[in-house]
Amino acid sequence: MEIDKIDQIIDKHHGEASSLLQILLDIQSENSWLTKEALGRVSEKLNVPLNRIQHIVTFYKAFSLVPKGRHQVHICVGTACHVRGATRILDTVEEATGIKPGETDLDLKFSLETVNCLGCCALGPVMEVDGKVHGKMSPVKTAEVLKMTVS
Amino acid sequence: MSEIQLQIDGKEVKAKEGMTLLEAAQNAGIFIPTLCHHEKLEPFGGCRFCIVEVEVNGWTKLVVSCVYPVEENIIVRTRSEKVDRIRKTIIELLMAHAPDSPQLQDLAQEYGAVRDRFEKDASFCIHCGLCVRYCAEVAKKNAIGFVGRGINKEISFIPEIAAKECNNCKECFPLCPTSYLQAAFVLVEALAFPSPSSKPEPEE
Repeated sequence: MEIDKIDQIIDKHHGEASSLLQILLDIQSENSWLTKEALGRVSEKLNVPLNRIQHIVTFYKAFSLVPKGRHQVHICVGTACHVRGATRILDTVEEATGIKPGETDLDLKFSLETVNCLGCCALGPVMEVDGKVHGKMSPVKTAEVLKMTVS
Repeated sequence: MSEIQLQIDGKEVKAKEGMTLLEAAQNAGIFIPTLCHHEKLEPFGGCRFCIVEVEVNGWTKLVVSCVYPVEENIIVRTRSEKVDRIRKTIIELLMAHAPDSPQLQDLAQEYGAVRDRFEKDASFCIHCGLCVRYCAEVAKKNAIGFVGRGINKEISFIPEIAAKECNNCKECFPLCPTSYLQAAFVLVEALAFPSPSSKPEPEE
């Protein structure tokens, strides 16, 4: 991510240290992860020490310090989805993509994450791909959704 | 500033408004054990070891004295049965992390804590935050910070800053109640500046 873009985001928030969290979130959504350079730049411009920023970005799960894939796959493993067979969905995705939850594949195609509830338990088991919710999943349907995402 | 009258362990104590209970007790020569407290640093309330029993209008409650402001006419007990029991448990929990810390062992003896009550998870850090806060507030270098949260929380040096500042400072080392800090620094140093002998042999 270029320095200009980061500066733009910081300027949008008037370079105030109190907007740190929002700035980091904006960079995260722009770039899908936080580079070391980005954090260094934010620290410099807002005059917030790097150890504080490091504390914050490692605290919230919304931030990632490693590159994320182009497609974000979230599998719900909350109670309702779990009893409806979320593990089988997870297994299918793991097999299709070759990655485990929390990982990203080498060509940055997918990032896989388990979540605890997506708020639509009646649709369980639920998976979310790039923000779109797919309900009542079966292993076959899961494979189809993944195939459609890539193409 | 107005004066506040309170009673600690049966002794009448005068304190200034805005003082913490711990400070008031220390001024009166009453000892309250602490782990994360340091007079040069802002109160942190991290270790909960300075917990005391406070009686207000006949009701007692347990408060952490290093972050509790003094109040008029309260009765404070620093060594009640309840307080001792809680301190014993705190020590036992901390010892799951740092079983061999001399400071903890002394306190364990005093409060009758059992070293092996909880399963060991020897991370050696008890998250007192002394090093982190000292570096930020007194040394003003910000070379060390916390990362992660919950059970994954740990201290971490920022290599770029640590490489420049820490070798000449090291003021945080003696603060650490478990000496884990020093080990962490040595590790970072070793990773940042690998000695020639530890580098992997080039393949022929």
